[in-house]
Amino acid sequence: MADEPNVHRPKTIIAPGYTFGTVTDQIASVVLTKRTPVIWYVSFGAGLVLLLLFLLAVGVLFAKGTGIWGLRTPVMWGFAITNFVWWIGIGHAGTLISAILLLLNQSWRNSINRFAEAMTLFAVACAGVFPVLHLGRPWLAYWLFPYPNTMGVQPNFRSPLVWDVFAVSTYATVSLMFWFVGLMPDLATLRDRTHNRFARFAYGILAMGWRGSARHWSVYETASLLLAGLATPLVLSVHTVVSFDFTIAIVPGWHTTFLPPYFVAGAIYSGFAMVLALAIPLRSVYGLQGLITDRHLDNSAKVMLATGLIVAYAYILETFSAWYGGNTYEQAMVWHRMTGPYAVSYWSLMLCNILAPQALWFKKVRSRPVFLFISAIVVLVGMWLERYVIIVSSLAQDFLPSSWSIFHATRWDWFTYIGTIGLFLFLFFLFIRLLPMISIFEVRTLLPAAKVEEEVES
Amino acid sequence: MIKPIYGLMAEFDNPTALVEAARAAREKGYRKLDAYSPFPIEELTDALHLHHNKLPLIVLLGGIIGGLAGYLLQYYVTVVYFPINVAGRPLHSWPSYIIITFEMTILLASISAVLGMLALCGLPMPYHPTFNVPRFALASRNRFFLCIEARDPLFDRARTIEFLETLKPREVSEVAP
Repeated sequence: MADEPNVHRPKTIIAPGYTFGTVTDQIASVVLTKRTPVIWYVSFGAGLVLLLLFLLAVGVLFAKGTGIWGLRTPVMWGFAITNFVWWIGIGHAGTLISAILLLLNQSWRNSINRFAEAMTLFAVACAGVFPVLHLGRPWLAYWLFPYPNTMGVQPNFRSPLVWDVFAVSTYATVSLMFWFVGLMPDLATLRDRTHNRFARFAYGILAMGWRGSARHWSVYETASLLLAGLATPLVLSVHTVVSFDFTIAIVPGWHTTFLPPYFVAGAIYSGFAMVLALAIPLRSVYGLQGLITDRHLDNSAKVMLATGLIVAYAYILETFSAWYGGNTYEQAMVWHRMTGPYAVSYWSLMLCNILAPQALWFKKVRSRPVFLFISAIVVLVGMWLERYVIIVSSLAQDFLPSSWSIFHATRWDWFTYIGTIGLFLFLFFLFIRLLPMISIFEVRTLLPAAKVEEEVES
Repeated sequence: MIKPIYGLMAEFDNPTALVEAARAAREKGYRKLDAYSPFPIEELTDALHLHHNKLPLIVLLGGIIGGLAGYLLQYYVTVVYFPINVAGRPLHSWPSYIIITFEMTILLASISAVLGMLALCGLPMPYHPTFNVPRFALASRNRFFLCIEARDPLFDRARTIEFLETLKPREVSEVAP
């Protein structure tokens, strides 16, 4: 029992040789330098171009209406809702890393939580765009909220779509606040380190006069823990509520009780894939291998593997319960997915989400960033296909064969989707350039020097 | 006439020295003191006896208000303001209210956690006397500071400097108000 305190302090999570000063300087220099890597301009430029494409697609949508998309009866949800579910799922990993792993005292998260939270925020922004654009009259989006109005009507609180409005807007607000609170001490660091007067003013305003007082730290730590405790049930509830959009309807393939946990696992699966897809290029461009170490990648890959197995179990359960439940429509739905017009998507998603990630069992794959990056992209594609198949194939072939119709995505569907990837990249690279992408003060606590050496109390 | 000062500040280069200094200052009887560090130090919170704050209570109240507001809003709308029969459910169909009640609880609790934290810390506070010490910029990098404020009853410029020097700091500086 003598060495029990060491259990909580994994020593080697960041590379040896760092001090408080060098950690601060290295992370802050990414922001405070005048030299921006060429690759940043390239990525940011790509994001900007795609963002312009998005604005074009939205402009045409506003002018002409949702008819420019492939939405035709009976498939009225199509790409918009697929993308919404995909993006919001990606966001979940950030909250998992920042809140759940904080509560579980997993201090290795300290060097990846900041950009994972930023990823959450931007993914939720991309997600939030879709239901609003899908409204048909997006300028009336405020009708979704209950407010005193002259029309004498109010939202139907018994509808999961209204629940979703509350869940997603709460999630966006809480994620933003959690992220900002985490940033405050680091903004103070930037304020104290920059030589640019405008930057000092801007960071100074944002840091709100943070000075690292012990009184503040004690309240701050309480606030972080409470926010983490609040964000944990919130993140689990958000994708659960998203899945209610489906489960409360009676469409075959949607109306099942296991959809909520299945959606949450899928969300974390795709979110960790996005974390890896962002972390691997970032750490090599900015030389941060000492802070985002191979162990971080290894741990993230393990989370991906575990949630991937839950997702695989859900696919098997879906097929089994359709067969065992004896409901003709459920059975037909599974059969249509496997052999019907969406068979290519269905089997690709099985390949991407179940078969390909099995490579992560091998240490050799997990220790090679290139392989990890590829498998992360494969999982992201697979998870998008999963949402696509759930939404589109169930709607295209439901109860009455006379009303069946196949969904064909138009170029505007693709432009809007790819455009939000641009929006995401644009915001993310702006964040990389303007704010510290790794939480400086939390990494300081990981250093061996941060430990207060106590004389043994008798 | 000697210009009044805010306090005296000692600079240390590791957390252990700061915690020991804070303990020594408390033992000496100083009460109006604060420590500044680039990251949270649990032992420091103990040393300065800072364990109790009202934040959990604020968050609890925020959560209760949020939950009640969420539930009552739905009750008022579906029962009083705009009663409409949806699929034969009773007007007061509480199971469908759970989600929004929950989300509103979380939302208001989180908002009160953030605003409560800022209020308890007295932030935003763009000016503070400690910023007058040039080396204090390092408090957000790699240095640790202990400040004994002039409003402490035991404070005496010469004797407090003498005391701070016994703690083996890197430097002791006066903090202009």
